[in-house]
Amino acid sequence: MSSNDLMIEARGLKRTYKARKKVIEAVQGIDLSVRRGEIVGFLGPNGAGKTTTLKMLCTLLQPTDGEATVAGCDLRRDPEGVRRNIGYVAQGGTTSGLARVGLEIVSQAELFGIHSTEAKKRGLELLHALDLDDIWDRPCGSLSGGQRRRLDIVMGLLHQPALVFLDEPSTGLDPQSRANLWNHIRRLRDEFETTVFLTTHYMDEADSLSDRLLIIDHGRIAGEGTSSELKARISGDSLTFTLRDNEEAAKAGGVAGGLDKAANVVVEGNVLKFQIPEGARALPGFLKALGEQNIDPIGAEIARPTLDDVFLTLTGRSLRD
Amino acid sequence: MKFLHDSWVIFKRSIILSAQNPLWIAIGLLQPILYLSLFGPLLTRMASVPGFPPGDAWRVFVPGLLVQLGIFGGAFVGFVIIAEWRNGVIDRQMVSPASRAALITGRVLRDVVVLLVQTIILITAAIAFGLRVPIEALLLGVVLVMLLGASFSALSYAAGLALKSEDAFAPMVNTFALPVLLLSGILLPMTLAPRWLQIASDFNPFKHMVEALRAVFRSEYFSFTVALGFGLALGLVILSAWVGTRVFGNQTK
Repeated sequence: MSSNDLMIEARGLKRTYKARKKVIEAVQGIDLSVRRGEIVGFLGPNGAGKTTTLKMLCTLLQPTDGEATVAGCDLRRDPEGVRRNIGYVAQGGTTSGLARVGLEIVSQAELFGIHSTEAKKRGLELLHALDLDDIWDRPCGSLSGGQRRRLDIVMGLLHQPALVFLDEPSTGLDPQSRANLWNHIRRLRDEFETTVFLTTHYMDEADSLSDRLLIIDHGRIAGEGTSSELKARISGDSLTFTLRDNEEAAKAGGVAGGLDKAANVVVEGNVLKFQIPEGARALPGFLKALGEQNIDPIGAEIARPTLDDVFLTLTGRSLRD
Repeated sequence: MKFLHDSWVIFKRSIILSAQNPLWIAIGLLQPILYLSLFGPLLTRMASVPGFPPGDAWRVFVPGLLVQLGIFGGAFVGFVIIAEWRNGVIDRQMVSPASRAALITGRVLRDVVVLLVQTIILITAAIAFGLRVPIEALLLGVVLVMLLGASFSALSYAAGLALKSEDAFAPMVNTFALPVLLLSGILLPMTLAPRWLQIASDFNPFKHMVEALRAVFRSEYFSFTVALGFGLALGLVILSAWVGTRVFGNQTK
């Protein structure tokens, strides 16, 4: 991979705060790479260092240590170049409730040196693309939560950045607005070829939206990969079998124990449970092995692992903590 | 060039927002107009008291009101920037390539223009009440109000952005405002004060600005008093611009 294909390349990025004479390490040296055209989800519980990392990559916070190249510009030596080439959509919104939508859009574009006529044209196009027609003259404060969040994204795209940072894009939205927002974010990448780096503490958001996930906990990267890679690598699928009686269950447990990569084999009464990578693939072989011993299960269930399981395995705590 | 362009963009956005809410401009004017109409008439009787400075009551009183307008017209804008910061407007503008200094300069310019409108209204009202001074003296008065307004607006933005909390900002402004008001001779000239109070007020730069404007309103343009008052105002603008730009720049530290 040539370095031109990397939109973000960070090495040893670190940020410490001093509070009441104590040094708090919010981010303890992070390495990460994001390729052009990827949607990368940055996943972690509240306080894990997601927003701090994002703010460093967006030039809003100077790193205490480490270096990074963002959208082709050096974070330390050329922060203005970084700002020119990225869009940033903050967690708490970007617009004044009193200002009219058009005013915010035009003034923001003008700060990037875009003329007001062109700014209005681009603004209207983007509003249309995000299903926000006819809000140009409305005060931002009068929009619904979902509309205002999409307006935030419009604000971040006016200068057509190659890379967009979204900080907790769907927090506080109802399920319908969330699903709608996800569709729009996917379209960003598909139609405009925008690279998207988003933070989230929602498993479903990370799972359904991202091409690749970075898991952060206590200011460190705890895991990395596609959603299915992470799930396959760490937890495996959960297989549950119901058998005719306890005796058969115990025998089946013995068979399961002999399987390659099977883990956490538990027999409770006539029920057998265990975990194995790619359970769907392992199932036929296991049934055949049972058949050779004349064991015939009366029920079988495969549960795909959730990212919650992944997070628990990687960090020892649940994402909801 | 970029600095001027970016300042203009920020100014334009801010002034349109202000124009949408003209009520706030009127509320800012309410206090000096009330002083003018409810307190001014009391003073006309006092002008004969020994120790009252030369000039009629209006020429002594209106400079104080103008300085007060300059200080308080700018002092509270910190609330606006805290609200903008909370809405994410500040961070959004900080991630644009805009000049950092322009982000504060554009806002200060808006406050200066709002203040200009208020000053013109106040002076017109004062003339209606009986103020009689040459036009050049009035213009110098306007300049002084602009200088003070720019300073306090920049300092207020800096304080607001540094504190990021209305609960911390409000008591800070009030703690600062009362001694400044009482020790500046804005309402009553400090020449009426006992000796120790006069000495204390000598350390208040705003007293010297009020004194300078009173001298100007007596058509006394070239004196130490005038030079001191206007010099202090100029120095304050430079200091405030430096502090304001620094606080904006340090947001990413």
